[in-house]
Amino acid sequence: MKISMIRDLLDAEIVCGEENLERDVFSACGSDMMSDVLAYVKDQAVLLTGLVNAQVVRTAEMMDMVCIVFVRSKSPTVEMVELAKENNIVLLKTKKRMYEACGKLYACGLVGNKTAV
Amino acid sequence: MSEVVKLHFDVDGEDFTSAGQASVQVKKILRQLGINPEIIRKVSIAMYEGEINMVIHAGGGYADILIYEDRIEIHLVDHGPGIANVEMAMREGWSTAPDNIRSLGFGAGMGLPNMKRYTDDMKIDSALGEGTRITMRINL
Ligand SMILES: Nc1ncnc2c1ncn2[C@@H]1O[C@H](COP(=O)(O)OP(=O)(O)O)[C@@H](O)[C@H]1O
Ligand SMILES: [Mg+2]
Repeated sequence: MKISMIRDLLDAEIVCGEENLERDVFSACGSDMMSDVLAYVKDQAVLLTGLVNAQVVRTAEMMDMVCIVFVRSKSPTVEMVELAKENNIVLLKTKKRMYEACGKLYACGLVGNKTAV
Repeated sequence: MSEVVKLHFDVDGEDFTSAGQASVQVKKILRQLGINPEIIRKVSIAMYEGEINMVIHAGGGYADILIYEDRIEIHLVDHGPGIANVEMAMREGWSTAPDNIRSLGFGAGMGLPNMKRYTDDMKIDSALGEGTRITMRINL
């Protein structure tokens, strides 16, 4: 699924990374606990979260994730946007809640990838 | 060629926001060295969890990364409170992290298990009141 489609499905606002909207995403993960995110390797994944702090972007960076979606209209800080830009991570923000946002993406074929190393 | 690349980082225990910066640096350097991306991801995640632990549980410390021809070693050393029961600490979901840390996205008790999962060998030496030394090895 392309990031632009995620944007459309979630009616999301682009915070940064407009130039990378045509990149492909193969799996997704929704969590506010970063260690749960770090527990599974995902290839070109998107992270959906309601958590807002710099560790969210660092976690995505460590996992080579390509996109973060902030649910419930949470706004990333300036510092987070800078970190994301440095690492070519697209930041999106949606009014939808976690459950609905994950459900929409899942229903449209973006499954979670639970392959542990 | 059997030259060893050695990296050293001090980990500041005061600032949760900047925690993880050493791991970010290591990731950059491993990329420059042309290491396989899968390996880089394992090293980054293991070190990142360890670095976060040093900040939230031990007041900071230091990290030494040694890159050999056949392996990468990560040494994390702190002079924090130590781990009372290492076997317990290794269990998934076991955590002494306070609620304020949990609200920051850590403290799910998955850090040490993650570190073990992503490395080929992991050793914890810890003494109460003295500190903790964690050694991890990832084969190349
Ligand atoms: N460097 C450390 N110094 C002291 N205690 C530690 C250290 N690292 C881990 N611990 C202890 O081990 C527990 C489990 O660690 P971990 O699996 O990373 O989970 P979490 O960090 O989410 O609590 C921690 O809650 C803490 O009690
Ligand atoms: Mg931890």
